[in-house]
Amino acid sequence: MTDTGLIIDGVSMRFDLPNGSHVQALKDVSLRLGQGELMSVLGPSGCGKTTLLNILAGFLAPTEGRIVLNGHDVKGPDAERGMVFQQGALFEWMNVRDNVEFGPRMAGVPVAERRRTSDRLLEITGLKDFKDKMVFELSGGMQQRVALARCLANEPDVILMDEPLGALDALTREKMQGLVLELWKETGKTIILITHSVEEALLLGERLLVMAPRPGRIHKEYRLPFAEMGVGADLRTVKKDPEFARTRDEILNMIWEMEEEIMGRTEDA
Amino acid sequence: MTGIAIVAVYAGLFVAAMIVVGLLTRNRARTGIDSVKTVTFGDESAVRPNRWASVISVVVLFLIWGAFTGSKLVPIHVPGPFVGDTSFTYTAENAEGQRDEATVTVRVVPLGSDEDEPEVPEGDGFAKNDVASLAVYRSQIIRVEANDEGADAEGFRVVAVDGQPLDGLGEGDSIQLADGVINLTRRGSLNFVPDRGVQMQPLYLPSPERVWQALTETASDGYRNFTLLEHLGYSLFRVLAGFALGALVGIPLGYAMGLSDWFRGWFDPIVEFMRPVPPLALIPLVIIWFGIDETGKVVLLFLAALWIMAIGARAGVSGVNITKVHAAYSLGASKWQILRHVIIPNSLPEIFTAARVAMGVCWGTVVAAELVAANVGAGMMITAASKFQQTYIVVMGIILIGVIGFGIDILMRKLEGWLVPWKGRS
Repeated sequence: MTDTGLIIDGVSMRFDLPNGSHVQALKDVSLRLGQGELMSVLGPSGCGKTTLLNILAGFLAPTEGRIVLNGHDVKGPDAERGMVFQQGALFEWMNVRDNVEFGPRMAGVPVAERRRTSDRLLEITGLKDFKDKMVFELSGGMQQRVALARCLANEPDVILMDEPLGALDALTREKMQGLVLELWKETGKTIILITHSVEEALLLGERLLVMAPRPGRIHKEYRLPFAEMGVGADLRTVKKDPEFARTRDEILNMIWEMEEEIMGRTEDA
Repeated sequence: MTGIAIVAVYAGLFVAAMIVVGLLTRNRARTGIDSVKTVTFGDESAVRPNRWASVISVVVLFLIWGAFTGSKLVPIHVPGPFVGDTSFTYTAENAEGQRDEATVTVRVVPLGSDEDEPEVPEGDGFAKNDVASLAVYRSQIIRVEANDEGADAEGFRVVAVDGQPLDGLGEGDSIQLADGVINLTRRGSLNFVPDRGVQMQPLYLPSPERVWQALTETASDGYRNFTLLEHLGYSLFRVLAGFALGALVGIPLGYAMGLSDWFRGWFDPIVEFMRPVPPLALIPLVIIWFGIDETGKVVLLFLAALWIMAIGARAGVSGVNITKVHAAYSLGASKWQILRHVIIPNSLPEIFTAARVAMGVCWGTVVAAELVAANVGAGMMITAASKFQQTYIVVMGIILIGVIGFGIDILMRKLEGWLVPWKGRS
């Protein structure tokens, strides 16, 4: 059915600067994402991946093109598209449970029902024993679990993740990667995840988008088996797969060259 | 000179107490995380006020106060003014060139006592003994020759005091005695000034017990038609009323300025102009407009609190992390819900900081406004008392104003810790 899924249709984004010049953050980006697909986005800094995510979330309106979700145009932020931020997006004045229940509460869901929802999500994310803690009492990894649970409690169609694990230490990060895969499989949500880590992009992307800078555009797209392999499995085993290593080196070289090119260009200028 | 000595003594006490307490508590095990920190110099978080120092500091202030006012509560005093009987001799020379010696007995009595003169025998010779009596901190010209025989004759003169010759001395010169000093006047009369010591006169600084007495008196009998509680209560009421109104208008105004470009544009010039105007500068205008009654005071304090609260609320809104707002929108919150559940709670720390500042400014302003014109209030109490030289009431008022201001701030901090536990934790 052509109506379901997320369509990015010829999206360009141009920022006009106060000094009269402008920056082409995105140029003619088109993409189609089916329901339940997991896509990671990689690219050197300045390739417009965060801009793309902000357009998808509805925080920015593209200068050209449009976003269509399940048959209707995206005009602004909405509960159908949930966001998970790197950090600082939790509400410190609420405890863990109130944070998780925020979306349903705003939507006017009765107490008993949202209690059931939060109980289930706190169980899945391993936060059951922390539900009455204030969020500032939790570690960074725990806080990101709360952010994930809060997003899921709202039953969004699409989950947008802006480097959700970027601020975590390596071990916690690995655990959280497993959790993201688990949640993806369990809930069947469409997930777009932005990351700086090539390994993370390989692990958490059925589809992997490499973007190039100036202007921001899609450079190359991969379809990868590692996310499926990783569900319920040891992620370290997945990483030892020869194909995994080969793809990782290929993408690293690709991004390395892009960075080199940017450096060269600035030196010429 | 005395000032330098006091500062030196104070510095000495500071160092001595530090060394003594340091030696006494040297072997006591410190507890908590700071006890294992080896780097404390430069680590501000490891610097906690030493409770011993605080207690000793207050005690030292009290001791100095008592020592310089002759307080009975304090064992050590700096030398006080001379009180009691003293005497000196003088030598007179009559027209014939004969010399005779006589004694002057001076009685110095405490302020307010009867100045009864001591009785002494007249003595022999042509120079007769004299008596004088005066209150402490006063001086008196003693006309020693007044009762001497032949004092009217040409050539009669006083040649020495206590054996110190007066020859060659003139106006402004003085002779040091055991319990005072003799200043020579222009006409050569002897002006006796008893030793004043280095204690403060009660007019300049009353003793602690005098201030305490003033406190109990004003608490029970009142001062100028109002009891002490009424004076303080009125001041506190004005502050609370002005602050409450200022917060009631200022906080929504600040939110509106943080959320709407029209509000920001409209009120920015007004707020930015009024902010640097000290509330004290508004007192004359407020009195002209609203008179010296409660209305005027409350309006003044309202204006003092308004801009601080508006700016605090505006800063609170601009301090909201945009990702929190984005997150709330993505969770389906409406604008109103974002204001209610994200912006307002997130701005509470800033609002509390502003409220603490505003309360401090209001408390200072109310006292100043009452100094200018009021029938009742802490500030009125101390100005009225100063006009009648009731320094003990002035000192008592200053102490109470300080204690209440300190109390308000502590209360606000407690309230803040209770209502905004996440402050500085995000």
